[in-house]
Amino acid sequence: MSWIERGAAAIAAAVRAGEVTARAVVEESLARIAETEEQLHCFHTTLPDEARRDADAIDEAVRAGREVGSLAGVPVALKDNLCTRGVETTCSSRILEGWKPPYDATVVARLRAAGAVVVGKTNLDEFAMGSSTENSAFGPTRNPWDLDRVPGGSSGGSAAAVAAGIVPLAYGSDTGGSIRQPASFCGVVGLKPTYGLVSRYGLIAFASSLDQIGPFACTVADATLGLEAVAGEDPMDSTSLGGRAPSLRLELGGGVEGLRVGLLGDFVNDVSPSCARAANEAADALARAGAKVDELSIPEARLGLPAYYVIAPAEASSNLARYDGVRYGLRVEGPDVESMNARTRAAGFGKEVRRRIMIGTYALSAGYYDAYYGQAQRVRTLMTRAFEAAYEHFDVLLSPTTPSEAFPIGAKVANPIEMYLSDLCTVSSNLTGHPAVSVPYALGDEGLPVGVQVMAPALHEARMLKVAAALEAAAPAGARAPVAVGGRASPIA
Amino acid sequence: MAELGIDEVRKVARLARLELSAEELADLVGELSALLDHVDAIRQIDLSGVPPTAHALPLVNVLREDVPRSCLDRDEVLAAAPETEEGRFVVPSILGDEP
Repeated sequence: MSWIERGAAAIAAAVRAGEVTARAVVEESLARIAETEEQLHCFHTTLPDEARRDADAIDEAVRAGREVGSLAGVPVALKDNLCTRGVETTCSSRILEGWKPPYDATVVARLRAAGAVVVGKTNLDEFAMGSSTENSAFGPTRNPWDLDRVPGGSSGGSAAAVAAGIVPLAYGSDTGGSIRQPASFCGVVGLKPTYGLVSRYGLIAFASSLDQIGPFACTVADATLGLEAVAGEDPMDSTSLGGRAPSLRLELGGGVEGLRVGLLGDFVNDVSPSCARAANEAADALARAGAKVDELSIPEARLGLPAYYVIAPAEASSNLARYDGVRYGLRVEGPDVESMNARTRAAGFGKEVRRRIMIGTYALSAGYYDAYYGQAQRVRTLMTRAFEAAYEHFDVLLSPTTPSEAFPIGAKVANPIEMYLSDLCTVSSNLTGHPAVSVPYALGDEGLPVGVQVMAPALHEARMLKVAAALEAAAPAGARAPVAVGGRASPIA
Repeated sequence: MAELGIDEVRKVARLARLELSAEELADLVGELSALLDHVDAIRQIDLSGVPPTAHALPLVNVLREDVPRSCLDRDEVLAAAPETEEGRFVVPSILGDEP
């Protein structure tokens, strides 16, 4: 078994103990990139020289007996909307092509401090707007289970890189499901933390009141380790939560006896038979493990999607105003400032980004602000109250992660609204700010992985991950990555 | 069906600083109308008396001590700009030729 397959915790322990060098592990990862990149296109940028240099520095520290961090020698991949000093950061957009940030995102700095080795920057939907990684100016990423399917999005490159055994740990961002949905499509664990738990300094902003950074891994334990390494207060992000980040690993083995689990019927009824079946079977497994499982309905959850598709584009239209051809990125010349701005933006942004800027600008424009953005923010209050009321009766909620298995490349490109429906089960957690995680739970009718989602109240990641670990233990073999490229299980019937 | 005409779409494109082709503007009339229909559910409910949530955290006025600290290197930042001169960003003429 390769070191990558053994996972992040095993690698870090072995590197610290001198049983393997960080360099050898990183070489494994680089070789796997070379084997898979042409087929999968997970990466915009790979960093073989930097990765070897960083790995050698960790090995040197181990030999010298110096303290190395919790991720010593662990190769990681970063979604290309996380700023890396001196390394091109594109957001999959022509408007940022060639831009080398003058600073590292806090998450990147913390990963380096923990001994992780960055091997590359991964593909995403342009500015994280999409659910398939097809809205990338530099071409789509393919799902390792089936090369004709999307990996999900927007963090599709990071999800696919973990699924294909290229890295044991990768990072993405989740604004409406952009970690959890690709995790479900690729058979990996994807975690969106509580809003504010992880600093967003250096994450290129999409919708600031919703964006959170989180990890992908093949196991709940590795995702937990990956969250701990980056969580905690940061003076550079005024929305980061104060106080010490909680230690999460201690609770993983705790068992679920007596925990009250609510199966969210509203979503179960709205998804494909195999996604509904996975959620129902996961509920049964938790009941068998001693949890008290009941079905519940939160009718307000159905308002999440329309509220999200007002709030997210509105905030995006404001955040993306900074791409004006003046300080960085593309410039298309014009006779005056306004035409230079307008030509630059029309040429630099792709079709979906232009569409979202338009809808967001409309929703914020005079006369419509209250009818759309104001109303969506009131819906947000309604939803938060409804979920908090549910958490008076339940410790965690369980639902499908996605409405379907990974869909074919090209299937939804022509119909943006159908693409938006991919976020049905995931947007609620972004609107409420609560944590949620997708765990691979089954193979669906099409032979592709299907995840289930565990949701918890704000800052109850430990409880959520304990349930996720119980589900992981109960999941049938073969439902989760790593997987050989094109290694889809045969379709059932 | 939401009412959104070509003139309104053109106005929004101007506000958004997007110089779009006539064809794309025409396409957007239908696309944006369809999107507005999709989100119409939230306009149909009575939410009077429900306060808006701008943000998932109850944070207000995050303050810090006003002490000097290092910031990004000027030359490194300017190196990313399309055009600079004497340590500044250069943009096309802002004021017209008329006095």
